Amino acid sequence: MCGIVGLFLKDKALEPRIGDLLTGMLVTMTDRGPDSAGIAVYRDGVPGQAKLTVQVDDPDAIYPTLAAQLGTMIDAEVTLEPNNTHALLRVPVEKTSEARAALRDLVPGVRIMSDGASIEIYKEVGLPEDVAKRFEIGEMSGTHGIGHTRMATESAVTTEGAHPFSTGADQCLVHNGSLSNHNALRRKLRRDGVRIESENDTEVGAAYLTWKMQNGASLGEALESALDDLDGFYTFVVGTKDGFGVLRDPIACKPAVMAETDQFVAFGSEYRALVNLPGIDTARVWEPEPATVYFWTH
Amino acid sequence: MPTYDLEVNGLRGFNAALHELAGTTPNEPWELVNPKGSHAIAVGLDAPIDVTVAGSTGYYCGGMNKQATIRVAGSVGPGVAENMMSGTVIVEGDASQYAGATGHGGLLVIKGNASSRCGISMKGIDIVVHGNIGHMSAFMGQAGTLVVCGDAGDALGDSLYEARLFVRGSVKSLGADCIEKEMRPEHLELLADLLARAESDARPEEFRRYGSARKLYNFNIDNAY
Repeated sequence: MCGIVGLFLKDKALEPRIGDLLTGMLVTMTDRGPDSAGIAVYRDGVPGQAKLTVQVDDPDAIYPTLAAQLGTMIDAEVTLEPNNTHALLRVPVEKTSEARAALRDLVPGVRIMSDGASIEIYKEVGLPEDVAKRFEIGEMSGTHGIGHTRMATESAVTTEGAHPFSTGADQCLVHNGSLSNHNALRRKLRRDGVRIESENDTEVGAAYLTWKMQNGASLGEALESALDDLDGFYTFVVGTKDGFGVLRDPIACKPAVMAETDQFVAFGSEYRALVNLPGIDTARVWEPEPATVYFWTH
Repeated sequence: MPTYDLEVNGLRGFNAALHELAGTTPNEPWELVNPKGSHAIAVGLDAPIDVTVAGSTGYYCGGMNKQATIRVAGSVGPGVAENMMSGTVIVEGDASQYAGATGHGGLLVIKGNASSRCGISMKGIDIVVHGNIGHMSAFMGQAGTLVVCGDAGDALGDSLYEARLFVRGSVKSLGADCIEKEMRPEHLELLADLLARAESDARPEEFRRYGSARKLYNFNIDNAY
């Protein structure tokens, strides 16, 4: 069991409230996943800049000097905003790969949660409410976001085992379920040069979609082909820079409820997660069909 | 009429108050407000009492019901009226997966659609769905009746025992050992009664009947791998 929440805003007036709304939804899903929690929020893109969200074990020792060190190594201007165990680094977009490699040399054990123009990912072990407070998720504004509460089954309870997983620029995925062909698929994707950092099944699902999109598929097409190539139980919610998608496996054991109004599209593992959204009483509420791709773009 | 606010007073108090009535014949109907998708609302009742839930619920609403009439003015999550013994559960909106699963008796009415596995392992419950039902419905259904006024999804009635299935619309596919059967006068009579009790204006003649071919009942060496 895990909990998923997602919110894709159509009405800009709600953007300042997205962190607060997502936090409320996430905390409601604590029963479904009390061991770790995470959130991906899309916001504040600056043209020409990439954002990297990183996490280290000893932030007080690492973060004060990291921007300067990284800047020297990649010969570019780098800024850093610490946020608890995580930090947001901004680098010129063309230096993204170089920055990723340099970070690994500079800080052995660094965890790079995401990179992209607008994505930021914050995730840790602990109760969802505590995780949201640590990173002050409630204060964040943004255009869309996805959250996850984890009850681990396929790999250990660790920061890197928490969701969302990001395997490509501005892409992320959260998952309720378990994939059964992830080992074979991981080997295949790694042979094709796809970056997969953990032994977690969900990361393979995320990497698969990234690989498809790198080869020219749209988000919708990548999700369609996942139905053929992924085996196991899954309800996925996927984020891209300007898109938001949902896919359930053909058996559809893992629960899902969606709601749509003129202001937003929302996803919850249970209706409970949606009850405090503005206008929910008059929203169109439905259960997404099995083996059917849903996606929205800005 | 006692009105109970779930947000103010909590779920356990509500179910405990209704359990207090077991074995009595209460006169007053109860209303629950602010259910907000909570799980296990009005579970385990055992009295001829009317309960209205003003909103949508989460998992297992009306589970194990005996005698009570529970009306949900909203939609319900997975497992509504699971293992119901008797009484009536009416859902004004949609139902999520495994509605009425393993039910032994009583009537479950869903005015909207029900998703996958509706009536899975039903053991005597009657279920009337005004809309459509999802895949694998009535899987291993042993007894009782499932009436679908709309369409049925894939693998209807897979590994069916003696549950009776009636569908007015299309059936995407039949499950293993489920076949279409002739509609006889007693089936039209049964349907007329159920549709009337379920507040449906569908006509019995519009339905087709499906049931077990009874080929999977006993071990057959030809079915072994």
